Amino acid sequence: MSPSHAIQQGRSSIAVELSQAAVSFGKPGKAVPALQETNLRIADGEFVALVGPSGCGKSTILRLTAGLLQPTRGAVLVGGREVAAKALRIGMAFQNPTMLPWLTIERNVMLPLKIVRPFRSDYRAKRKTEYRDRVHALLADVGLDKFAGHYPWQLSGGMLQRANLCRALIHEPSLLLLDEPFGALDQFTREELWGTMQSLWLKRKPTVLLITHDLKEAGFLASRVCVMSARPGRIIDDSAVDFPRPRTIQMTFDSEFVALNQRLRDLIIDARTDTAIRGA
Amino acid sequence: MSYELRRRLWAGILILGFFATWEVLCLALQVSDLVLPRPSQVFATLVDRLGILWPHVLQTLWTTMIGFVLGVTVGVVIGAAIGVSRTAYDTVYPLLIGFSSIPKVAVVPIFVLWFGSGATPAILTALAMCFFPIVVNIATGLATTEPELEDVLKSLGASKLDILWNVGLPRTMPFFFASLKIAVTFAFVGSVLSETVASNKGIGNVMMTASSNFDVPLVFAGLFLLAALGILLYVAFSLVEARVTGWATRRQGFAAA
Repeated sequence: MSPSHAIQQGRSSIAVELSQAAVSFGKPGKAVPALQETNLRIADGEFVALVGPSGCGKSTILRLTAGLLQPTRGAVLVGGREVAAKALRIGMAFQNPTMLPWLTIERNVMLPLKIVRPFRSDYRAKRKTEYRDRVHALLADVGLDKFAGHYPWQLSGGMLQRANLCRALIHEPSLLLLDEPFGALDQFTREELWGTMQSLWLKRKPTVLLITHDLKEAGFLASRVCVMSARPGRIIDDSAVDFPRPRTIQMTFDSEFVALNQRLRDLIIDARTDTAIRGA
Repeated sequence: MSYELRRRLWAGILILGFFATWEVLCLALQVSDLVLPRPSQVFATLVDRLGILWPHVLQTLWTTMIGFVLGVTVGVVIGAAIGVSRTAYDTVYPLLIGFSSIPKVAVVPIFVLWFGSGATPAILTALAMCFFPIVVNIATGLATTEPELEDVLKSLGASKLDILWNVGLPRTMPFFFASLKIAVTFAFVGSVLSETVASNKGIGNVMMTASSNFDVPLVFAGLFLLAALGILLYVAFSLVEARVTGWATRRQGFAAA
């Protein structure tokens, strides 16, 4: 196999690649750096969690990957191409579920099919048949099939977040970007949703980039955890998480899991005190 | 007794009570009908002269409605532009606020100067009176779209138009209807204002003529008609609103009238 061929093959299995991508905000000269030169490669079907102190640039990486933000320097490749926010099949979910209050859960989840090509051209014809069935199947996967006809305000926070995940997945994106989707939930609901998220991922295997503050969540869900330094952030640690799947909440009490948790925690605390000293 | 029924009952009692008190006070204090006619006199005049009043009612109604429809159209277009584009907001807003601060009475003579007396200045005054609340409400509704939701849609490749159509405009509907109810009463004020200054038709004109003839009951009959028309249109829009934006109040019957 020739070297160039090997590189090409390597490229095709890389879903996301940030190479020396850096972001600063504000006018040139007075620019405030938000993200230092960052390299990050995510393989197809990988589940990567990004943790770090608050304000370190986690969300900046997510927005770069989604094409909502252009890097000041460096490049961001998604599926081997520069992101231009066009023709990408990305699903996104935030902490705030942002369901539209005038639509039922069914129609809310269906929204991406109304917008994303090639689904949108058939939206009128299929919204009451094929698309509807599809939405119902996905809702059934997260246990919401009985609530398809309800309005968002009739659902609890955990249920809304399930619907939010469904909306992010309905158009079968190859890349799923999650920005603290479980951050506002109580602990039990959150753990329940980790299970839901895991089974959704095992079933569909999209590439996932998850941003979270919760180290337990990162360890439970991800196949790889990246730790970021304080603002302006960069990735200071990158470790694989090899616990067998499907993982259970019971597993989070195992000594190995606890050890991983502690290591991540120490890294973040170091990163924080580091800036505290620099700032003083 | 249901809450709904009690509410209606009390509203009815209040209105009747208002007129009854008025009637009794006028009788007790022996107020001349040149100063303040009794409601019974006003209603008698209303019934008596309905044949003469009716064409004027229609005149006021159609000028108001045309002015209102034009005002809503202008208001929606400007409001959407301001709500979507930051630049439009910064450039257009100062001018709009300046314009809306002008007392419209002062504008009527200018309209008359340009277009002569009659229906045209009435329509234009109604338009000028009613478009501003619509602009403000549409712009506010559009500007308050959640940034996260916009990100979700943009990452799907949604165009600005997609976002406006699927999120911006539906979200604006409660604001829009709230402003419609205000705007329609403003439109009435506008057209009647113009009719009192320069027109030979319309309720405003009837009231002007009547007051110069000291026919005070007829002046009040005009006022009653205007109030009735105002309530009628308000209720009409409330009913449409309850249908279209029931989601915003989360309860049926809460939004109706």
